[in-house]
Amino acid sequence: MTFTGWVTIFGFAILLTLLALPFGRYLAVVYTGGRTWLDPMLGPVERGLYRIMRVAPAEGQDWKQYAKSLILFSLAGWLLLYLILRTQTLWDFTGLNPLHYHSMPWNVAFNTTSSFLTNTNWQYYGGETTLSYFSQMAGLTVQNFASAAVGICVAIALIRGIIGRSGKSLGNFWSDLIRTCLYVLLPLSILIALVLIFQGSIQNFTTYLHVSGLTSGGAQTIAMGPVASQEAIKMLGTNGGGFFNVNSAHPFENPTGFTNLFMMLVVLLIPAALVFAYGRMCERPRQGYAIYSTMMLMFLGAAIVCYIAEAHGSPAQHAAGLHTGVIAGSGGGNLEGKEQRFGIAGSALFDVVTTVTSCGAVNSALESFTGIGGAVPFANLSASEVIFGGVGTGLYSILLYVLLAVFLGGLMVGRTPEYLGKKIEAREIKLVVLGLLLTPLAALFSTALATAGRAGRASISAVGAGPQGFSETLYAYLSQANNNGSAFAGYTGFIQPNAGNLGSHGVTFADLVGGFTMLFARYGPILFALAIAGSLAGKRVSPPGLGTMRTDNPTFVVLLIGVIVLVGALTFFPALLLGPIVQGLTGHLYS
Amino acid sequence: MRRQALPAITSMLALTLLLGILYPLLITGIGQLAFPGNSNGQQVHVDGKLIGSKEIGQQFTDLVYKHGKVEMSDGEPVTKPDPRYFQTRPSGTVPADNAAATEFANLGPNDLSTKRAIQANIKAYLALNRPYDPGLTVAKIPVDAVDTSASGIDPDISPANAWIQAHRIAAVRHLSLATVMSEISKYTGGRGLGFSGDPSVNVLELNLALNRISKGTT
Repeated sequence: MTFTGWVTIFGFAILLTLLALPFGRYLAVVYTGGRTWLDPMLGPVERGLYRIMRVAPAEGQDWKQYAKSLILFSLAGWLLLYLILRTQTLWDFTGLNPLHYHSMPWNVAFNTTSSFLTNTNWQYYGGETTLSYFSQMAGLTVQNFASAAVGICVAIALIRGIIGRSGKSLGNFWSDLIRTCLYVLLPLSILIALVLIFQGSIQNFTTYLHVSGLTSGGAQTIAMGPVASQEAIKMLGTNGGGFFNVNSAHPFENPTGFTNLFMMLVVLLIPAALVFAYGRMCERPRQGYAIYSTMMLMFLGAAIVCYIAEAHGSPAQHAAGLHTGVIAGSGGGNLEGKEQRFGIAGSALFDVVTTVTSCGAVNSALESFTGIGGAVPFANLSASEVIFGGVGTGLYSILLYVLLAVFLGGLMVGRTPEYLGKKIEAREIKLVVLGLLLTPLAALFSTALATAGRAGRASISAVGAGPQGFSETLYAYLSQANNNGSAFAGYTGFIQPNAGNLGSHGVTFADLVGGFTMLFARYGPILFALAIAGSLAGKRVSPPGLGTMRTDNPTFVVLLIGVIVLVGALTFFPALLLGPIVQGLTGHLYS
Repeated sequence: MRRQALPAITSMLALTLLLGILYPLLITGIGQLAFPGNSNGQQVHVDGKLIGSKEIGQQFTDLVYKHGKVEMSDGEPVTKPDPRYFQTRPSGTVPADNAAATEFANLGPNDLSTKRAIQANIKAYLALNRPYDPGLTVAKIPVDAVDTSASGIDPDISPANAWIQAHRIAAVRHLSLATVMSEISKYTGGRGLGFSGDPSVNVLELNLALNRISKGTT
């Protein structure tokens, strides 16, 4: 461990807070229909889009209409993306398929489409050996935006339900969707993409480079492409699907120590700012601060544990005789599967940032993290994406936990639980519990299915010996159920002997189970969140009384953390014991 | 249903045009105008030949010839490190430093295979460097020299790794150790904002600089 390593972790937390506070104010303006400084430029585009779509943006929708619009929009996106991936060769005329790659096999395309639709960005394929520039841009980049926007829409709808004074309206999905894309995601993406290029990311449409190298053994082919534009929204929208197979470890995606820090801030910017926006929209900023504190405390805890574990080094390193301490000119630690320019702290923190959110980008090989360091992403996923979480998904998921905590607190003091003046009754609590249980259910059910039969075990890599193989499998379905997308990359669903998809085939079991897991665990909770929003929207607000439990003080923060940890631990502890915890507790090497 | 289906389709098509076509084109246009070098991957030309990208790690190895033919093993040519050049980190791609098909090595922390892979890397590193640096022991090897990188194409090594290799480079190129050390410090990048990331030495840039210095002497 080094001093600069600790500065990275705590400096990051401070920078994030400083950026998220003002951006939260901006978000609140966008979602209450206020004027922003971008209006003169984007207003005409926004109105033009509404005209093409033939929707009235001011028309309120109840939760069922809102949900229907959302599902239909997602369905249209699913079909379009699947079509693009399956007809990759047809788009050769655009010149954006320089290596003339063939189309993806149907099962991998099913998995990939479901993955990008649900903001998961789980990838069984490697970008540079599978996809054309056209598929990356017109297919994946668009869903990076759209899936992020859908997540934010649900969070905004739930906020409107909580603060609604009367009636049933949760706002208008189409307006929320377009405003999110135009006023939030697009301008920031442009900015981020340019910073990335300035630091060394690439952005071109040229074919792969053949370089001769300095020595006779140095010749290589270097993959090119429109990387920066996709990278920007990949991080901003907590998507995480890399342009290249090694994701953010690739020097073209994440060229410097600075971009590593910058990208981590980009990932958490919207999830953190939405919490502050929530506080402002319900006119009780302290509610936002309380939720933010909960998230930040759990986040820092995870980052600290992961950093210490990785700085300590792995049993395999020690068995080989390596010294993993800090020496002059080297940071030491478990640098297996990590890049020199990021170092241990930059890799450990990046891992935590992308697994607490639904981002799932990786700048180092999770499979090579130490037992305890690798258990951190497991724990983060077990907390169901509420520590900042995905864009939108994080806020609506933690609000469900807030309602659960309020309910439990109400039971303890023996009063009817209420949140911001609205009574939480049997119907809401039933919906909350069901909504919260869908994701773990999907994860554990799929893992059980995959480990029980031969079809699932086919995906475990040859190096996945002993508990590592179970870890790979559990992580694969945990990640897909949480719409995260990061991977212990040994788990495979795509066999590709050569680049370009000729002669390649998917692993149908892993592709289909994974795809359905993602769809179920994404749209299920969304429907429950919207139903809760609808149920709360119509409730009358009662003034706070003496016995009202406060939800904006440290006591509540502790209660909330307790509820999140308890639910996560009760659900996942047995499974975690079989994989990462066994590995963390032993110095034994498996063959 | 139809009233909602129409906007679903039109909005998806409109967003595809705006975010999938126009937005990447805009970024490409600005990138190519403002930062043409970076946008195209910091290509390096020497004597009119494209020899690599500064951002992408490459192999500084020589092909091994047997009976006048390049020796092959498992479909890939056999190579050996060229002692005149600083060597990059171990790579998990096939062949090493394959920038057209990157992948993680995925060596688990508790796997015997990981221990064996690290031991093999240690053996190769000692064989290459100990003749020029007799005090070098396993315990003194910095982790980046024998742990596989994440991307498989890591362009950098740690300063500690470069300092050890400097003994070899100085001897083989007939340069003073001080000259090589000063070149290393010239191509050592700092941390982002002073704290983010670890100092790292760009291997290609360093090797190019050494070639310029020792032109005609080797």
